[in-house]
Amino acid sequence: MAINWFKYSAPTTFYGLAGKLIPYFAWAAAILFVIGLYIGFFVAPTDAVQSEAYRIMFIHVPASILSMFIYLVMAGYAALGLIFKTRLSAMMAQALAPTGALFAFISLWTGALWGKPMWGAWWVWDARLTSELILLFLYLGFIALQASIEDSRRADKAGALLAIVGSVNVPIIYFSVKWWNTLHQGSTIKFSGTSMHIAMQQAMLAMLIACWLYAIAVTLARVRSIILEREANTTWVNELPEMKVQS
Amino acid sequence: MNKLSLFGLLSLVIRRDLLLAMRRRADVLTTLVFFVMVVSLFPLGVGPEPEMLRKMASGVVWVAALLASMLSLPRMFSADYLDGTLEQMLLAPQSLTALVLGKIVAHWMLSGLPLVLIAPVLGLQFDMSAQALGMLVLALLLGTPILSMIGAVGAALTLGLRGGGVLVSLLVLPLCIPVLIFGAGAVEAVTSGMSAVSNLSLLAAFMLFALVFTPFVAAQALRISME
Repeated sequence: MAINWFKYSAPTTFYGLAGKLIPYFAWAAAILFVIGLYIGFFVAPTDAVQSEAYRIMFIHVPASILSMFIYLVMAGYAALGLIFKTRLSAMMAQALAPTGALFAFISLWTGALWGKPMWGAWWVWDARLTSELILLFLYLGFIALQASIEDSRRADKAGALLAIVGSVNVPIIYFSVKWWNTLHQGSTIKFSGTSMHIAMQQAMLAMLIACWLYAIAVTLARVRSIILEREANTTWVNELPEMKVQS
Repeated sequence: MNKLSLFGLLSLVIRRDLLLAMRRRADVLTTLVFFVMVVSLFPLGVGPEPEMLRKMASGVVWVAALLASMLSLPRMFSADYLDGTLEQMLLAPQSLTALVLGKIVAHWMLSGLPLVLIAPVLGLQFDMSAQALGMLVLALLLGTPILSMIGAVGAALTLGLRGGGVLVSLLVLPLCIPVLIFGAGAVEAVTSGMSAVSNLSLLAAFMLFALVFTPFVAAQALRISME
C-alpha cells in the first residue's frame, strides 16, 4: 500500500487535522496535570534530606527535559523544511520555539527557587544551569532572527539554518561548560543514587507526559494561527466557517 | 580568469578585501581601539589590586576580543551587498564556499590578528607573567579565527536586516562560548602551573571543525539572504 507521507504536509489539510487534535491533547494534558500535581503534593512522601522543597522538581525536571527535547524537534523540523521545501515544517519549527523558550525559562526559574533553600544561593555556576541558560539564549536568537525578517520564506530558511548550526553546537557547548565547571570548582550537590519513592516516580511521569501533551497542544494551536496568517489571501482560508463568522 | 586555482581564488579575494580595508583604515582601527578601551575599563570597575587583576586578565581579554569581533561582523558582507558585488560573487562560476572562506580569512586578518598582536601589551596592564602572555597570544591565535568563522554564518544570515548589528551578536555569542571557555582556560592552566595542552587541542579541534563546515554554511546562508 502506498502511503502518501506528504498528505498532511500541506497547510490546507493540516489545518483541519490540527484543529481536531488540539482538544484531545489539551484535555489529556489538563487531566494529567491534575493527577501529577495531586500525587506530587498529597501522595508523595516528604523527602528525608530535602524536606518539602524537593516537590518543585515535579515541574522543574519535566520542563528541563522538554526544553532540550523541543530544541531537537525544532531543528529536525527545520532540517525537513530545508530538505523537502515543505512550508509546514518551517511553520512547525517557528511554532515550537516560544514553547521551548518558555520551558527553558521555567526550568531556570524553578531551579533558582529550589537552589535557594538547598544550596543557599539563587544561582550557582553549575554545568547544567549554565548550559540551560545558553539554551535559552539559543531559543531567543532563533526567535529574534525570525521576527526581524519580513519575508516569511527567507525567515523560514534562515531560521532553519540557525537551528541546525545550533543543534550541532549544543553538544560542544554542553561538554565545554561541563569541563569548565569541573576545572573551576568541585561538583556541587548531586542527586545520589537514592532510590526514588514509587509515588514520586508516578508524579514525575504524569507531569512529564502532561507537559509534553501541553507542548503539542500549544504548538498545534500556534501553527494554526501561523497558517492563517500566512495564507490569509488564499481562497480556502476565506471559505473557512470561522472566517465567515467574523466578517 | 576561468582557470583560477583554489588558492589563486582565495588570494585574490583576500587581497581585494585587504586593499579595500586599507583604503578605509578607520574601520579596522575602531575595532582595535574598542578592544583596548573595554579591557582598560575593567580595572577601573573592579579596583587596581594586582592580585585580582592577574586572576581575571585572561577572561577579560577574551570577553573583550569576543565583543570586538562582534563589532566588525556586520561589515563582513554588507559593503559587497550594497554595491552589488555579492550578487556577482553568487553568479560566479567559482565555488561560493571558497569565496566566503577568502572573505573570512580577510576578516580575521583585519579584526582578529590586530587583537592578537596587541593583547600582550594589554596583558602587561594586568600584570600577567611572560609565560601567561605567550599562552594568551597562542590561544588567541587559535581562537580568533573561530570567531570570524562562526561570525560569518551570523553575518550572512542577518545580511540587510534592520538592527542587524545587535541581532548578529545575539545569534553568534552563544555559539562562541566554547571558544571563550577553552581560550581563557588555556591561559589559566598555565598560571596555575598545569599543562594547557588539552585546552589548546580542543581549541584547535574546534577550529578545524569550524573550518570544514562554516564556509559552506555561510555560503548557504548568503544564498538564502540574497534570494
